Amino acid sequence: MHNKSVAELSRELESGKISSVELTQQFLDRIKREDGKYNSFITVTGEQALSDARVADEQRAAGNATPWTGVPFAHKDIFCTNGVRTTCGSKMLENFVPPYDATVTANFRQAGAVCLGKTNMDEFAMGSSNENSYFGAVTNPWGLSQGNKRVPGGSSGGSAAAVSARLVPAATATDTGGSIRQPAALCGVTGLKPTYGRVSRYGMIAFASSLDQGGTIARSAEDNALMLNVMAGFDAKDSTSINREVPDYTATLNEPLKGLKIGLPKEYFSDQLSPAMEQQVRNAVNEYEKLGATVKEVSLPNAKLAIAAYYVIAPAEASANLSRFDGVRYGYRCEDPKDLMDLYTRSRAEGFGTEVKRRILVGTYALSAGYFDAYYLKAQKVRRLIQQDFINAFKEVDVLMSPTTPSPAFIQGEKTSDPVTMYLEDVFTIAINLAGVPAMSVPAGFVDGLPVGLQIIGDYFSEARLLNAAHQFQQVTDWHQREPQ
Amino acid sequence: MTISRDDIEKVAVLARIRVDDEQVSALEKDLGNILDLVDQLGAADTDSVEPMAHPLDAVQRLRADEVTETNQREAFQAIAPATENGLYLVPRVIE
Amino acid sequence: MQWDIVIGLEIHVQLATKTKIFSGSSTAYGAEPNTQANAVDLAMPGTLPVPNEQAFRYAVMFGLAVNAEIERRSVFERKNYFYPDLPKGYQTTQLERPIVGPGYVDIDLPSGETKRVRIHHAHLEEDAGKSLHEDFHGMTGVDLNRAGTPLIEVVTEPDMNNAEEAVAFAKKLHGIVTSLGICDGDMSQGSMRFDVNISLKPKGSDTLGTRTETKNLNSFRFMEQAIAHEVERQMDILEDGGTIVQETRLYNGDRDESRSMRTKEEANDYRYFPCPDLLPVEIDDSFIEEARNSLPELPDARKARFMDQYGLNDYDAGLLAGDSRLAAFFEAAAKRGKDAKLASNWVQGEFSARLNAEEKTVAESPISGAQLGDLVVRIADNTISSAGAKKVFEALWSGENDSVDAIIDAKGLKQVSDTGALEAMVDEVLAGMPDQVTQYQNEEDPKKRKKMLGGFMGPLMKASKGQGNPKLFNEILVRKLGG
Repeated sequence: MHNKSVAELSRELESGKISSVELTQQFLDRIKREDGKYNSFITVTGEQALSDARVADEQRAAGNATPWTGVPFAHKDIFCTNGVRTTCGSKMLENFVPPYDATVTANFRQAGAVCLGKTNMDEFAMGSSNENSYFGAVTNPWGLSQGNKRVPGGSSGGSAAAVSARLVPAATATDTGGSIRQPAALCGVTGLKPTYGRVSRYGMIAFASSLDQGGTIARSAEDNALMLNVMAGFDAKDSTSINREVPDYTATLNEPLKGLKIGLPKEYFSDQLSPAMEQQVRNAVNEYEKLGATVKEVSLPNAKLAIAAYYVIAPAEASANLSRFDGVRYGYRCEDPKDLMDLYTRSRAEGFGTEVKRRILVGTYALSAGYFDAYYLKAQKVRRLIQQDFINAFKEVDVLMSPTTPSPAFIQGEKTSDPVTMYLEDVFTIAINLAGVPAMSVPAGFVDGLPVGLQIIGDYFSEARLLNAAHQFQQVTDWHQREPQ
Repeated sequence: MTISRDDIEKVAVLARIRVDDEQVSALEKDLGNILDLVDQLGAADTDSVEPMAHPLDAVQRLRADEVTETNQREAFQAIAPATENGLYLVPRVIE
Repeated sequence: MQWDIVIGLEIHVQLATKTKIFSGSSTAYGAEPNTQANAVDLAMPGTLPVPNEQAFRYAVMFGLAVNAEIERRSVFERKNYFYPDLPKGYQTTQLERPIVGPGYVDIDLPSGETKRVRIHHAHLEEDAGKSLHEDFHGMTGVDLNRAGTPLIEVVTEPDMNNAEEAVAFAKKLHGIVTSLGICDGDMSQGSMRFDVNISLKPKGSDTLGTRTETKNLNSFRFMEQAIAHEVERQMDILEDGGTIVQETRLYNGDRDESRSMRTKEEANDYRYFPCPDLLPVEIDDSFIEEARNSLPELPDARKARFMDQYGLNDYDAGLLAGDSRLAAFFEAAAKRGKDAKLASNWVQGEFSARLNAEEKTVAESPISGAQLGDLVVRIADNTISSAGAKKVFEALWSGENDSVDAIIDAKGLKQVSDTGALEAMVDEVLAGMPDQVTQYQNEEDPKKRKKMLGGFMGPLMKASKGQGNPKLFNEILVRKLGG
């Protein structure tokens, strides 16, 4: 059962071949048996899951089933879950049990899905390797057979690793600069970052508000579509949520791709990319040509400034977003604070990890008197130039394709000495968040036995088209079905 | 662009994060590297470019003035580090 | 040396919305601590703000009332600082594009002149919670019920030159926001709070001196005292050849003392930036027109009407029209009492004195305008004397009875106006005081005579058990004693 997709499991449940309780138990057993190798879960909620599964079975018996009723999945530990510890990968929230649900959490509850637990992540979603988790690094299921502990990518590394290792068929995730697509690529699974505003951010612990977007990780594009059907939609509790009709994302998966215009941004096929990686991506593009698509080169001239702009905007927003973690109302509080200043500075010094503190300090600096114009305002202007690049590109083509990452999964500890080396990991994904357009990562081959991701970028609100393009590719390739040994 | 130890200490106070001398040295290097990366922005010609705060050119919705929340003090204070008589407790604040 | 005083005000006005500016929590005053602080107000992780339309409507109404431009596209910024009563670690406020642009208010000065005070802008923001410093084993307790209550902060130009003008402006603004119904105006509960910026410069100089800011004054009296105190403090320093430090000061009204809270050097670097959780708010013409059409009568218009309709003089009309509740109280009393001038005297006299003495607002008054009107009727038709009226007022205030006539009856305050009965009493009293009668009749000085007349009134009031109409007694006496 653990190799089956969400769509398949849904059919199995519908046919009565298996109950949700049985299915849930199987996955829980598998997590218990296997996750010691990966550390992809921070919290496993076995009892709650089985209880939810029983309710789901009753719902199905009563004929009130959605495609998700009784299907197991997991939440990235950034989504608040009423009554279930939500840590955001941080010591700061080690014992934080929210008395409320994120909108995404509530949506899955409403759909009858069975949450098995909360997946590991870089602390406060800051990282590209999942080595910044207070709950320990996550190990990529790929590469273990070669004897190496490789990173799963980040920050949604736990979700990607868990899906890759078949511990759950699907997991929610979030993406601020590549945090869905990069781990999906490195773990050989399919991930989608929707258009900014498509999925509610309410109850999703904020890193950088104008960039954060909830999304999906599963093995197939079809399962991503099933997830997005649950997650997408207007939410009155999120002022940046967009009130716009949500299509059935599964309805257009089988549209033919004939005539699809693909653009290859030349800046994303530069010397940052190894020839072996480039070959895999070009092979994937060739598959699309076989499916009837046309390909042309396009340019995103300001894309090279994306990392620089991002590392002003994201830390600046984060520096304010993380001020609420002050040891007063919830979360970590230092022992015996001697005065208020001590309470603040020690709770935050002890509760936050190194990378989080680094980014808070960078953001504080960028916003401080005398630097605001040179950093923050300048970055916002560059952000508009980058957005304009995408708008221009989508006047010519329907989708853009590129590698998701410059290289496959690297070995743990390899890039931890210099934060900037780690930041460059997101060189192909970050501009998409600045522009706010949707993008996917789709498994597209292997280099040295490690998965390679193809990034497909679309215009605003073109998730259905992206899923369609990914699904058609997955009808003629089987990269997404490869299982790590 | 380099960042001085003084700057780091000042910023750490603003951000209410305690840093010891050793950390300041590490931050001097790391933050310096990050700011070097960020300094690439200077190369961009942004004259007459409007700053972009949001990906979508949307305007704010406003909420009707109706009470939707009920008292949940017990639930919220169950997860608080220190409370008494319904108040959150912090070390004595001197104005 | 002669000094010019320069004063600018920043006024925090709590808006009388039902819910907070960014959440659906109630803003009702006086609830148990933290029972009106919910996920958004407590800055629980992942929670997000959604602005209250009514706060914008109120801000627009205010802008229209002070002749200001309304910003069609206003933006919220984050003002970053740490404090236990500020749950998010930043205050959501407006800096670059506040909802209300430049405007002005005209104030009446005691000299009879009118002065224009310019408003620099007014912006929307959220209030903080409250820190309670009573002893929790050496800890401070934090109540976040107030956190997120909508405020408009009104910032004036430094157009005022003495405490009197500043207080006149503050009272005028109080009258405007209460008349608009956008603020309950209850200063004892912190509904309006004043920060005063003061600087001194040599008389006639064009260069402004260094200013200080005295924060959080919550009564007109404290404001007046704090200004006097600060002016004196600055003058002492300057005349001793010292310099003023730009700083924020805290005034203790009970002790008439002030002390420095922080200097400019210690001032926070607030790192303002546009709040990424909120989008620009667009206000269109129809929203503004709707607000304009909902504007009630404002103090200036009301004053003109009081002069016209009730024949009040400029001073009385201005005083009564300035406060919407007092104005409504007066109108009820005047309509029922049919004698507007008398009603005005009682509202400004006995009634206001009593409110002040008990530190009550008009809203807390135990008597209604109509009741005072009933009393005015009985004074005007001579049913009771003014001494009797005071007794009736007391009885009404203490709640003994709510009917003026019933009180008059119960207390036997009705004046005797039957001239026959009064004449008999006068004859009797005069017969018993032959020496005084002779003295009176031999006195030539009319002033002294008038005074001596008073000597007969005591025994007369006693004889009539206090119910004789003193005016009639007087007439009869004069007649009987012979001119």
